[in-house]
Amino acid sequence: MISLGHFLALGGLLFALSVIGIFLNRKNLIVLLMAIELMLLAVNMNFVAFSYYLGDMAGQIFVFFILTVAAAESAIGLAILVLLFRNKSSINVDELNALGG
Amino acid sequence: MASSPGRPKEARSMDVQTALFYAFSAILLFAAFRVITARNPVHAALYLVLAFFQAAALWLLLKAEFLAITLVLVYVGAVMVLFLFVVMMLDINLDSMRKGFWKHFPLAALMGAVIALEMAAVLLGGFRVTSPPADVLLSQAAADYSNTRELGKVLYTEYLLPLQAAAALLLVAIIAAIALTLRERKDSKSIDPSLQVRVKRADRVTLLKINPSSMAPPSAEPAPAEEKKP
Repeated sequence: MISLGHFLALGGLLFALSVIGIFLNRKNLIVLLMAIELMLLAVNMNFVAFSYYLGDMAGQIFVFFILTVAAAESAIGLAILVLLFRNKSSINVDELNALGG
Repeated sequence: MASSPGRPKEARSMDVQTALFYAFSAILLFAAFRVITARNPVHAALYLVLAFFQAAALWLLLKAEFLAITLVLVYVGAVMVLFLFVVMMLDINLDSMRKGFWKHFPLAALMGAVIALEMAAVLLGGFRVTSPPADVLLSQAAADYSNTRELGKVLYTEYLLPLQAAAALLLVAIIAAIALTLRERKDSKSIDPSLQVRVKRADRVTLLKINPSSMAPPSAEPAPAEEKKP
């Protein structure tokens, strides 16, 4: 018998894995973007699980909007990535120090 | 008497659902692990596709059919193909990228463990609900129940304004992505129309007041040119 807690735990594990991925892939901006997609997937998993177990459609509506925002985010992120590679011919995050931060 | 043959069948379908949940979750977590540790970004993108498929299957278990199909169509069909295009377009030096990959691993593992344990401490205690409310379950059991229709009913009435905002957001994203990556061809002879429109008369026409009496003779013109030659 699968309870709501199972799905929430799955979402939590997925989120923790993507946080680890953000720490590990410091030199590869593409995999960083992929880890962010995984994070959004974990959040969506929680929304869908709550929507099912509480019998409320609003959770699925929210997932719909998150999918929209995530698609826009990855499109713009990849555009910035292409621009970055064109200018610096590298996607290493450590080399992005033009702002001196 | 009628319910007794039905009960084991229901229990068996629950067992199948449990088994499917664990199978899909295991593959999903494995794929997510491979996404963050794969050596080649192309492999990472392909494992992410696998992860999205597993998530879509899990959402099917949760009776969110429309979102499951949307996840496959939008993510696997569009976003991941975009990722693969970009990964294959960029010429990345893999060896320099892997240098120091495991340097941050202890900190990362600690963070991940803390996050997972905290989530588990909060989540595993509560949330023992195993099935939706009875009235919702009853309405979902109707023969003509459709997840897509229910979603549409709410989306186009109660959430109409957010839907329009999401459409505007996608439009802005299209314009931004194109404007960022647009490169003008250097050999193109096209002219910017706004530059043409903004031209003033003074930029193009200069009126000279020529005094007829002081006009130079035609032979005076080549003389300075010859001077410059040596």
